[in-house]
Amino acid sequence: MALDLSTFDRELIGGVHGAGATFAMRLLVRFAEAVDARSFIDIEAAHVDGCLYHGRASLDFAERMIDLGGKVRVPTTLNVGSVDLIHPELFRGTKEHAENGARLMRAHLELGCAPTFTCAPYQTAWRPRFGAQIAWGESNAIAFANSVIGARTNRYGDFIDLCCAMTGRAPAYGLHLTENRAARALVEIASIPDDWDLERLAVAVGHTIGRRCGGLIPAIVGLPPGMSEDDLKALGAAAASSGAVALFHVVGVTPEAPDLETACGGLTPELLLQLTAEDLHEAARSLSSVADGARLSAVSLGTPHFSVAEFARLMPLLDGARPLIDIFVNCSRATLDEVRKRGWEEPLRAARVTLVADTCVYVSALIKPGAGAVMTNSGKCAYYAPGNLGVEVAYGSLAECVASARAGKVARL
Amino acid sequence: MSGRAFDAVTLVPGAASGSVLLLDEPLSFWGGLDSATGTVIDRLHPQLGVSVAGRVLMMPGGRGSSSGSATLAEALRLGNGPAAILMLERDAIVVVGAMVAAELYGLACPVVLAKGQDWEALAAAASLTLEAGPNGAAISADL
Repeated sequence: MALDLSTFDRELIGGVHGAGATFAMRLLVRFAEAVDARSFIDIEAAHVDGCLYHGRASLDFAERMIDLGGKVRVPTTLNVGSVDLIHPELFRGTKEHAENGARLMRAHLELGCAPTFTCAPYQTAWRPRFGAQIAWGESNAIAFANSVIGARTNRYGDFIDLCCAMTGRAPAYGLHLTENRAARALVEIASIPDDWDLERLAVAVGHTIGRRCGGLIPAIVGLPPGMSEDDLKALGAAAASSGAVALFHVVGVTPEAPDLETACGGLTPELLLQLTAEDLHEAARSLSSVADGARLSAVSLGTPHFSVAEFARLMPLLDGARPLIDIFVNCSRATLDEVRKRGWEEPLRAARVTLVADTCVYVSALIKPGAGAVMTNSGKCAYYAPGNLGVEVAYGSLAECVASARAGKVARL
Repeated sequence: MSGRAFDAVTLVPGAASGSVLLLDEPLSFWGGLDSATGTVIDRLHPQLGVSVAGRVLMMPGGRGSSSGSATLAEALRLGNGPAAILMLERDAIVVVGAMVAAELYGLACPVVLAKGQDWEALAAAASLTLEAGPNGAAISADL
């Protein structure tokens, strides 16, 4: 069926709003045809993940937009880049990669994007409101926006997120539409391992639903009360790494799931998944590629970017003996400012913590290759680091990560 | 040489021909295709090490990360991409990658949607020639 274009859409295509918008809209029309959308809707914000350097084509694309005089039409945040512009000395890759990476980040600023450089834009002043139609890239941010905030976005990526930003329009399909947001899988947490904290539970549940729910939106029941936003962030990030989860409901917690019936849109779920303590143990174990006691070269925290609340949890854990290995903490530059204001930067440095802003150790060459594994409290980092960085990984809670940094090897509490 | 003609739906226009490469399993271009060589690098893919460069790539559906579009565009820029892509399901990641290569570099990698009933005959062809225009695509097969 043909696309129903509005007067404004036709103006965009026809060049009334500039050559950059025309270029973007032509691509969006193709995209809309490919996903079988019938029309476009207005969006109120965008989050662009195109500033991570994957090769010349991504730089050529952004620079073409600049040459055409393009500017974003809605408030647009930026995902992590390839380099830390605040601490450029941390980069260990080639000079060419560093230069092109920085050039790509600056090109997006020229297009009018905000210099957030974070995979957790929901922690910034640009956090969308409930029900907002947005076009976001970055899998964990998409899962958080849809699930925890109740904003509406599909899984946008490469080029298309920027095209939405340049036009203020997105194809009306998928999770933009109410009828596609109901849960189709019911995930029941039947039992939970003794002594597990919510942080570890969130990662294990997220990793499992990503693997086992396929394309179905899950509704989770049976989680204990008290899940923080950081726990839900970790759950979504793990689910969006091991699978393609863009929206999950936690019944009684997330905004579109006050009860099970509402979460399921009144329909019976197609899939019923019962998770036991043993399943969750297995999920957590599967995130480590090395045994307990294995030698470590570094600890990495903040995938997705560490929040101020997470720093507040980390600070008291660092009291005590100085770690034997480096701890990298990835965060946004806005969070870094707050850390400085609170006087945490010096005590962190004294405890061998390297603060990384604008980027993340798992996508950038920051960790000095060492003779050991990298330990993380992130399901996402544990999932991607072996492929991206060619390292062995160990997964553990925040407290275990700090204890392991002190021991220089994987320690369990 | 004997020939046979098929019609299909144009997703990205262009003209191309090449020998057929049928993917046995879906492939995520991001993490699965090396744009610098055009070869499959997904260690779990049955066609690990096979080159897609210059081939008419038959992939029933897409898979994986949305970063696949940039990988495809980069492979095409470097001359290591497929000559054309035939699909059975619409896939936005593939369409965007091919569109961007066409817009930025003038490189046509037509993407067309074939009919399920034609798939086996197309896959059995030694080579395929595609003409994908705004009103539809024509595929001729050399058997």
